[in-house]
Amino acid sequence: MSQTNKVIEMKGITKEFGNFRANDNIHLDLNKGEIHALLGENGAGKSTLMNILSGLLEPTEGEIWVNGNKVNISSPDTANQLGIGMVHQHFMLVDKFTVTENIMLGKEKHRYGFMDQDSAEKDVQELSDRYGLRVDPKARISDISVGMQQRAEILKTLYRGADILIFDEPTGVLTPQEIEELMEIMQSLVNEGKSIILITHKLDEIKQVADRCTVIRRGKSIDTVDVATTSQQELADMMVGRSVSFKVDKKPATPKDPVLEIKNLTVKEARGYDAVKAIDLEVRAGEVLGIAGVDGNGQSQLIQAITGLTKVDSGTIKLAGKDITNKKPRQITETGLGHIPEDRQRYGLVLPMKLEENMALQTYYQKPFSKHGFLNHKEIKEHAKRLIEEFDVRTPSEEHSAASLSGGNQQKAIIAREIYRDPALLIAAQPTRGLDVGAIEYIHKRLIEQRDNGKGVLLMSYELDEVMNVSDRIAVMYDGNVIAVVNADETNEKELGLLMAGVSLEKAHEQVAESKGKEKETVADTK
Amino acid sequence: MGFMQLMQLIVSSSLMYAAPLILTALGGTFSERGGVVNIGLEGIMVMGAFMSAIFNIQFFGTFGAMTPWIGLVAGGVIGLLFSVLHAVATINLRADHIVSGTVINLAAPALAVFLTRAIFGAAQTGPLPRAFGRSNIFLLHRIPVIGPIFFRNTSGPAYLGIIIAIIAWFILFKTRFGLRLRSVGEHPHAAETLGIKVYTMKYAGVLISGFLGGMGGAIQAQAIHNEFGILTVAGQGFIAMAAMIFGKWNPLGAMGAAIFFGFAQSLARIGNYIPIIQDIPNIWLQVLPYLLTILVLVGVIGRAEAPAAIGKTYIKSK
Repeated sequence: MSQTNKVIEMKGITKEFGNFRANDNIHLDLNKGEIHALLGENGAGKSTLMNILSGLLEPTEGEIWVNGNKVNISSPDTANQLGIGMVHQHFMLVDKFTVTENIMLGKEKHRYGFMDQDSAEKDVQELSDRYGLRVDPKARISDISVGMQQRAEILKTLYRGADILIFDEPTGVLTPQEIEELMEIMQSLVNEGKSIILITHKLDEIKQVADRCTVIRRGKSIDTVDVATTSQQELADMMVGRSVSFKVDKKPATPKDPVLEIKNLTVKEARGYDAVKAIDLEVRAGEVLGIAGVDGNGQSQLIQAITGLTKVDSGTIKLAGKDITNKKPRQITETGLGHIPEDRQRYGLVLPMKLEENMALQTYYQKPFSKHGFLNHKEIKEHAKRLIEEFDVRTPSEEHSAASLSGGNQQKAIIAREIYRDPALLIAAQPTRGLDVGAIEYIHKRLIEQRDNGKGVLLMSYELDEVMNVSDRIAVMYDGNVIAVVNADETNEKELGLLMAGVSLEKAHEQVAESKGKEKETVADTK
Repeated sequence: MGFMQLMQLIVSSSLMYAAPLILTALGGTFSERGGVVNIGLEGIMVMGAFMSAIFNIQFFGTFGAMTPWIGLVAGGVIGLLFSVLHAVATINLRADHIVSGTVINLAAPALAVFLTRAIFGAAQTGPLPRAFGRSNIFLLHRIPVIGPIFFRNTSGPAYLGIIIAIIAWFILFKTRFGLRLRSVGEHPHAAETLGIKVYTMKYAGVLISGFLGGMGGAIQAQAIHNEFGILTVAGQGFIAMAAMIFGKWNPLGAMGAAIFFGFAQSLARIGNYIPIIQDIPNIWLQVLPYLLTILVLVGVIGRAEAPAAIGKTYIKSK
């Protein structure tokens, strides 16, 4: 390949934050018209590298070449001028502005400072038609779907004339169908002569669209490989640095009596509308019930209602046969609930406090940790030491603050605290979010173990793979309703994806069967 | 008193009391649209009032009838200078907006009264030689019926405020500057990725608020109290903030709310002439504006949607 074919070359990029090296001598090059995946675990330094390329951060060392010229990207403006545009993981959109206002912001059409909205809207519509990115130029961001928000975000870069697009973890918030659509959009952008860097830790997406893949691990670039000739297993091993297993080992469940019975439950959201709408749900002892759904369909509110963190509007919740509707969190905890909260740093731990204190947060007022209102620090310390040992929490000592632990070890500390009390029901909300493959393996094993000990487990996750691998039954939530409960071994990703998008169970069945039929036909045709 | 005269009295007094509130509420709107809470507007008004009073006394011989209008600009300039303190503290030094504003509110009256004592030997300046007084609005006052009620013998600064409110609405919602200022108050990170200079925009919002707040104070001194003393501003800055919230951070809404509060304040003075109200003890009419402020804030706050990134420190990544 000739030198001019490379639109981007990053040579020996190093970025230090204080003593910490987020990027350590990383090399990356991007050919014209290719989709180049950047693969790495959370915290491997992918985002740092791309923030350097898009002008948000300046590298400590290293050179960047764009279209064969050495450049100094000192600001997002410079990156724009060089034709580099970033589609951010957390959309950089102003909720209250329209699609057009968001797209033209910073590059407004104007006459003497007065904006020319109509002509800008026309431009947006034209761009939208040309690249097949359906948006409504006049709609407010807060009123449109996440998929359309992402298309607006892509249009923002195209409006600025970007030829090199960086997609930062673009699929995290999308349904499987929206992901499919995004993959097609990326292909058509490449066909139009754009070049794409795709940041991700999802291997199947890389296999599906990427031409080459650069793997980085702990801030260092490991290798750049041809995607077509590399297997998913090889990519995963490169990313983690050891051999990993994807499958969760588990025996079939032996469910018994229900531990959690929810009847006709309605929960209002802070702004007053119904977030959970008269749902029924049951978790039995000895099973894992998974809750699937796109973020924001009432899952968080459901869990907050069960755990007593938010008020139940109507309906009843029974835990281990006892009514816990609108009871205080402590009463519910004592009835037999363990809770691994969605946001571990806000609800799971008191970050500035010592690890040993954090591990006694649920029980500090009971004997032997407390006597006549005074804490027994010796017992609390002993307790923490036992948990650290048994759950393999990596920390220099139990006296270090919870904040000093890595994300995976913080999560292990919470899991240790919750499981050790041996609750009848364990709620795990997004238990592996942001964790590396090793920690994920461990946490899944622990959840299954809890199930095998005859306890109920309620697993809420936005990661479809996780829900499918760990659960025995799966409840799909859409717009505050449980629209279906299916057995994990009788469903597939496609069906769940349709359910997550609000398609009814019968229709989802039909559509899946139909597409299977078509596949068979085409296979028969080619034969 | 006839109906027409009564209407004329109500409108002109409401506008007179509303004038300082309109300008200061508009100031608050610019600052908060850019994401900076400016409760220091109370203190900024004090400085504006003080400066305009000094100017009025010093220069009435030179400028004659134009004195209060130039004093208005002088008040705006000192307000702008004072707001630089708030901008540096909140934008560059990442101070809490409320704390910085409180510092300004504590420092400004102390400084102004100290200087007044140093210059005049008393806590008040004494009467200003050239106050705004009442004026007829050019041509409009000749319109039958409407003219006499709205435009005759009325408050000039109030109409200046109304014009500025309309201009402010255009600036915020129709110009490039307005779009950028609002984007910074809603989602500064998004603005930065699009090459907008977040700090510059925030500075612009705060400095505009300082200029308008200073003018508001100058009107308070030169049109309502006709002197400067510790009681000249007394809470007007906070009432203006309430008007801004009541008006949902929209310049025209803020203007409307300011006129409403102006009406409430004027009742203490003109209540005697209005049937029904004239039987209410005057003390209640004096309390009324503050009571209304509390009621409005209790009723509206929470429902009104403030700019999303308001009061939050923005730290540039580098």
